[in-house]
Amino acid sequence: MYFQTWSAVWQMDGHGPYVWGAYSLTLLVIIILIAVPLVRTRDLTRAIHNDERRRAVAAEASGKNHASKT
Amino acid sequence: MWSIVHKMGSPPWFYRFANVAIAWLLPIVLMALVVGSIWGLLIAPPDYRQGNSYRIIFIHVPAAVVALAGYYVMATAGLMSLVWKIKMADTAMRALAPVGAALTFVALVTGSIWGKPTWGAWWVWDARITSMLILFFLYLGVMALSEAFDNKVAAAKACAVLSLVGTVNIPIIYKSVDWWYSLHQPASIKFTGESAIDASMLYPLLLMIVAFYGLFALTVLLRMRAELLITYSQSAWLRSELS
Repeated sequence: MYFQTWSAVWQMDGHGPYVWGAYSLTLLVIIILIAVPLVRTRDLTRAIHNDERRRAVAAEASGKNHASKT
Repeated sequence: MWSIVHKMGSPPWFYRFANVAIAWLLPIVLMALVVGSIWGLLIAPPDYRQGNSYRIIFIHVPAAVVALAGYYVMATAGLMSLVWKIKMADTAMRALAPVGAALTFVALVTGSIWGKPTWGAWWVWDARITSMLILFFLYLGVMALSEAFDNKVAAAKACAVLSLVGTVNIPIIYKSVDWWYSLHQPASIKFTGESAIDASMLYPLLLMIVAFYGLFALTVLLRMRAELLITYSQSAWLRSELS
């Protein structure tokens, strides 16, 4: 490691706020870039699964109706 | 070559490909970003003239490089969607634009933060910076156009034309530091000849550039996969894929 102490890492000879600010902002953008489509994928997958289940239940119900009629 | 293009154009094939690629890319990219950042922030020595502020280079340059390269990828997708009417190319274009815009934004803001202690100003209307700002607007333009039409085909066409016209800007950005007397420093890494950067700074920088390329691929694939889930939500192939 180049720095001797953690406070030196934090301050970076006065450039700390600039360097850490730039890295924090980039981290935030990266988190958004990855998380937004992941959450969207999870929600969409869930919606499709729910729809499948609903269809299965409906199919079963209509199957029973047919059976009782005959 | 053409068989790959043909496969890529098939949504079921691409969906499966994206699933595998994302599973591999996500841990590798995150690891590379963490290692590269620690290397650049804590291990690399400070610059003899700029001091520690130069450490912003490890995110600024990768973001800018990938934002530029990403524009070519988007324009290529635009060309493919325009000439061969490949639907996946249109999906790619719409996924690429926000990622490119985000990376351009990171390059602009980190550059601005770097400029304050180095040049004494947050912003200057310099050739490199202004052409980069135009790149940001081009990405935003494609994003806006893709939402502006009810007709998907018309939207794809408009986006493709805008992205192709915008490619004029890319060589201008690359060459701006050589063509104009610019405040922005010229490139430190050269493909031919010796790089003007020491190995202790070059290796973390190269690692971060690779990591950002990986991040770009990862986020574009994530967006494309999400878009496929919407477009083909009623399709049998997707339902069987998910069951």
